[in-house]
Amino acid sequence: MPQYSTFQPKPYRPRMSPYWYLDRWPYLKFMVREASCIFVAYFAVVMLLQIHAISAGPAAYVRFQAWMRCPLILDLNAIALVLIVFHAVTWFALVPRVFVRQMMGSAIPDVVAMLPNYGAWFVASAIVAAFILRLI
Amino acid sequence: MSDTIIVEVARFHPERDAEPSYESFEVPLRADWMVLDALTYIKDQLDGSLSFRWSCRMGICGSCGMMVNGVPKLTCETLLINFAPGPVRIGPLDHFPVVKDLVIEMDEFMGKLQKVRPWIVRKDDYVPKREFIQTPAQLDAFKQFTLCINCMLCYAACPVYGLDPSFTGPAAVALAERYNLDSRDQGSTERTDILSQHDGIWDCTVVGECSEVCPKDVDPSLAIQQYKLTATKDWFKTWLMPWGNK
Repeated sequence: MPQYSTFQPKPYRPRMSPYWYLDRWPYLKFMVREASCIFVAYFAVVMLLQIHAISAGPAAYVRFQAWMRCPLILDLNAIALVLIVFHAVTWFALVPRVFVRQMMGSAIPDVVAMLPNYGAWFVASAIVAAFILRLI
Repeated sequence: MSDTIIVEVARFHPERDAEPSYESFEVPLRADWMVLDALTYIKDQLDGSLSFRWSCRMGICGSCGMMVNGVPKLTCETLLINFAPGPVRIGPLDHFPVVKDLVIEMDEFMGKLQKVRPWIVRKDDYVPKREFIQTPAQLDAFKQFTLCINCMLCYAACPVYGLDPSFTGPAAVALAERYNLDSRDQGSTERTDILSQHDGIWDCTVVGECSEVCPKDVDPSLAIQQYKLTATKDWFKTWLMPWGNK
């Protein structure tokens, strides 16, 4: 008589690599989107320092400007700008997935859902530019 | 172009192997062949011990989901020729325990589906004498989420599920949303109580790949984000109007 053993399944349980986000571009894009919030905080701190320098008087503001002109800060700001734009664009792209369709009650094109954000971004940028260029 | 293509298939024997490895097969490259046809050819002509799930061959049953070159796909509707000149690598769906070769264990997934009570819940014991009437607009509200075929590609694409298997996951939430939005259903409060737990909707970090890989355009990511909004509104209501019925 042949001896049969009952099947004892021992499934293989995969474990994710700590570097899973390098496997595919969408995952890397997600990680960059999330990590770039650090630079949003960085710019907020720079703005607070700028306001502090303005309130401390002309001499302090000149020192702040000199500090902002040093190559290291210029490079850091350039990197921060690129990553913040990336952060904003990728988050705006999520808007159709989050609120608008539910609020409107029916499906609307993704581009239309994103427009209010880009509109607000443009208006805010225009106001800042007007201040910098001394138009107002 | 060559008339054959190398297909690398994940092999795992639960009583022999500690972990999966890949085995290469040379299969005919035909313009009308899907990846599933290549696997069927291997099983029929080259190695009958290869194990994989399939059924309808027309993108409806959701059985043949696998990783094709690292991306979750229904192999019955993925053209083999798109991967020419190859090689093309086929593995079991990511994040699931592997039973053998390309067959995954789906018990956990089935448990998650059941947990969200995916059926019409009525508070009363009323047994209708006729069908519930629904307008086309009421049907449209949830129709998108009825298209889910439980293929689990969204789970294989979700890194959150991979890192934390207790996460309820995209398809189960989409199914819960399907019943929440159904005008005949009255069970949204109890589903929200279940899905607002730690391993429910709040684990989702909006990677969004679940919606990208969905073969039926169900958009489970949308379902999860809508659910977050609903849960938030309910939470505020309980604070602002504690006397009210959520």
